[in-house]
Amino acid sequence: MADLESLGKYETAWCPGCGDFGILDAVRDALVKLDADMHKCVFVSGIGQAAKLPQYMNCNFFNGLHGRSLPVATGIKIANKELVVIVTSGDGDIYGEGGNHFMHAIRRNIDITVIVHNNQVYGLTKGQASPTSDLGFVTKVQTHGVISEPVHPLGLAVTLGAGFVARSFSGDKEHLSSMIQEGIKHKGFSLVDVLQPCVTFNKKNNFVWYKQRVYKLAADHDAHDKHKALEKALEWGDKIPTGVIYQDGRPTYEDACGLMKDKALIGQDVSSPSRIAPVLEEFL
Amino acid sequence: MPTGLKARSSSVKIDFTIKIGGEAGQGLATMGFLLSKAFARKGLNVFANQVIQSRIRGGHNWFQIRASDARVLAPSAATDILIALDRESSCHLKELKANSVVIFDSTVVKMESTLGCPLDIPLAKIASENGGNKIMSNIAAVACVLGLLEYDVNVLFELIRESFGDKDKAIGDVNIKVAQAGYDLVFKKVKCNKLPSLSALEGKRKMLVSGSEAVALGALAAGCQFISAYPMSPSTGIMTYLAAKEDDYHVVVEQSEDEIASINMALGASFAGARSMTASSGGGFALMVEGLSLAGMVETPIVIVVAQRPAPATGLPTRTAQEDLQFVIHAGHGEFPRMVLAPATIEEAFFATARAFNIADTYRVPVIILSDQFIADSYLTVDDIDLKEVKIERNILSDEELKKLKEYKSYQITKSGVSPRALPGNPYFFVTADSDEHDETGRITEDLDFMRPEMVKKRNRKNLGLLKEARPPIRYGPKDAEDCLIGWGSTYGALKEAVDLLNSESRKRHEKVALFHFSDVWPLNEKHFTFLKKLEFAAVVENNFTGQFARLIAETTGKVIKNRINKFNGLPFEAEEIAKAYRKFKKNG
Repeated sequence: MADLESLGKYETAWCPGCGDFGILDAVRDALVKLDADMHKCVFVSGIGQAAKLPQYMNCNFFNGLHGRSLPVATGIKIANKELVVIVTSGDGDIYGEGGNHFMHAIRRNIDITVIVHNNQVYGLTKGQASPTSDLGFVTKVQTHGVISEPVHPLGLAVTLGAGFVARSFSGDKEHLSSMIQEGIKHKGFSLVDVLQPCVTFNKKNNFVWYKQRVYKLAADHDAHDKHKALEKALEWGDKIPTGVIYQDGRPTYEDACGLMKDKALIGQDVSSPSRIAPVLEEFL
Repeated sequence: MPTGLKARSSSVKIDFTIKIGGEAGQGLATMGFLLSKAFARKGLNVFANQVIQSRIRGGHNWFQIRASDARVLAPSAATDILIALDRESSCHLKELKANSVVIFDSTVVKMESTLGCPLDIPLAKIASENGGNKIMSNIAAVACVLGLLEYDVNVLFELIRESFGDKDKAIGDVNIKVAQAGYDLVFKKVKCNKLPSLSALEGKRKMLVSGSEAVALGALAAGCQFISAYPMSPSTGIMTYLAAKEDDYHVVVEQSEDEIASINMALGASFAGARSMTASSGGGFALMVEGLSLAGMVETPIVIVVAQRPAPATGLPTRTAQEDLQFVIHAGHGEFPRMVLAPATIEEAFFATARAFNIADTYRVPVIILSDQFIADSYLTVDDIDLKEVKIERNILSDEELKKLKEYKSYQITKSGVSPRALPGNPYFFVTADSDEHDETGRITEDLDFMRPEMVKKRNRKNLGLLKEARPPIRYGPKDAEDCLIGWGSTYGALKEAVDLLNSESRKRHEKVALFHFSDVWPLNEKHFTFLKKLEFAAVVENNFTGQFARLIAETTGKVIKNRINKFNGLPFEAEEIAKAYRKFKKNG
């Protein structure tokens, strides 16, 4: 079972003060609090600074290609639904390069938890705009400021019917840990969008900027009311809500598929080629 | 190539071709399938293929069935019976022979033939008079063919009953009534019919399998449990067939959002332990290329079917080609091993697919099945497939084996280059996959002095194992032949017949021709080309423009073969055109 010591300590490639540290801490905290069996967890990531997170823990991981973490995670969960599959990648990875996969993973409602390190900027490629960069955000590429409307990941997730949609802030470890725990516990696709500062490339949306704006959703927020949830999901500016914005209990892919109700797919016996003899008869 | 019901040689007594021409949506495939199946039921060998336009309705398509008492693997242009459902079918009149018959309904289509016996049958009237609708005139036409051949019509009735079942028995009965009427109208009543009788035919039932089905069956036999694919002609038949068997055989078919997702999902499922595959054509595979490179780096087994069609870009979606050989061999950034199998026949497509999963698992590499529209959409009678010939070799460390280990490293450097494979979820060790350059534990590294070069060498050492797996070409033809044709993949049937044809024309040793045909097209083993040294003449035959296999031969052996027979109009080869091209080479010296 998970404890902080067995999760290990690794030297990271992150800049001092990076929000990724807070996220890693919260992930570790969540695993310990959930008393997770680490051998049954698989971390999946794409490419980017955020995607390096699994490299810094003792765990099973698939650190794949930029933008492609969701299909990999989907395949893993389909093959072995007993595994707890957690995706951790950046805003560019999940909302940009992997945008199409994001949309369809939500539609499938595959039971995975997706933690998006959303710093509204590209770090590893040195400071270009990300799909969530604010309008007017100036970079070496967007020299006149961003002119494309930012993606509203939570709004997108709510409208597509994601099972669990939450937002947190890398500067609030306790809250973030609880959101990750809730996401992992939720049966179905869970999105935890994490606002985090990029100390090197995003001088606008820095720690103070977020700190002044984020607030926790009121206790009476009804996460099952889709229209209210959408309103909160789209709230952005002087006030940015954090917490469980939307929750829905529709059937997961694994339940709807019907092929893995009793047993994980890989637990089913397919070891004998002669089992298909009746099929061959059909061709006579 | 001589065909026809008359003896071609003493051993072959039956060899005839039926062509059904019409528009898309007219039911050609159903008719063709019924006839093919009817012939297979009495033990005839059947090869049937479809030549279709990329459209849902209209245009001109045809379905051709060649049936023989010998094994046939390719179509023949010469036609014995033509069913003309549209005016455009007149383009096949030139393929008729003196004894051929043309079936048409002059109330629907006018057909004037200078060759053979025109048979104006009121197909639509037969259907309506017997309580059927317009589409049932097709079943009347099918029955007419059987009537002309004096073939047991009960076989057709049996197929109709199986097709409609108890649920739609009433519709089935109407079809049978229409079929009986069509059959009776021509049975021993057509004076100009010179086609011999097949009434005495009695043989053991044969399986009739399409190329796509053969691949899907091979995957099922191998225990494949996951296919993610995006529909693309001519590969879609594979996922369609597997979807029909999902519940009974524990295989999940997931239609992905794009081919990028297809390959990444399959890699995820494979990483977690399910035998996984994806299938597409060249354009879809192009999108998978990044994922192919990932498979090479994370050393996760995967089987990828590439059913070729003419390109570039969208090309000719429903036609055939061998244009993607160099592409699949070289696809992917960086250097990593892979194996490419190009089945020569539909039967081989079954065994190659099953074998592909073993190679992928044994070496932790991607294996590509390179087929094409010609293989995918054709039907072939297959003698009993022996499932005992299929072995499943997973090469995954069990929990018991892992328990005994002191440590486990996902990318352990070994002599063979193959690292022992464990699955995530085992209670003893963590399992990793990393697309970054990594150390033996799968963690990112930039150690350029040792780890990077060692990992490059480790991955590429697996090529040596794959070279041993690669099978030599099939050699066909007389032992003393001094000339040869070289082919690969789906052209086998036409090439084999071309060789027979050429050798039947010539008695001189230096004019005898042999065929060297490759199914394992990558990696190529230089030793498999020693035959080139002993030959006077060689020509490479391919369904592409640039001679892609010929270039691979040059790359592998240093020998440049300048004689090329290439066809790239989207249609498969016929034996006669290969023979003609060969004769031209010889004539011109």
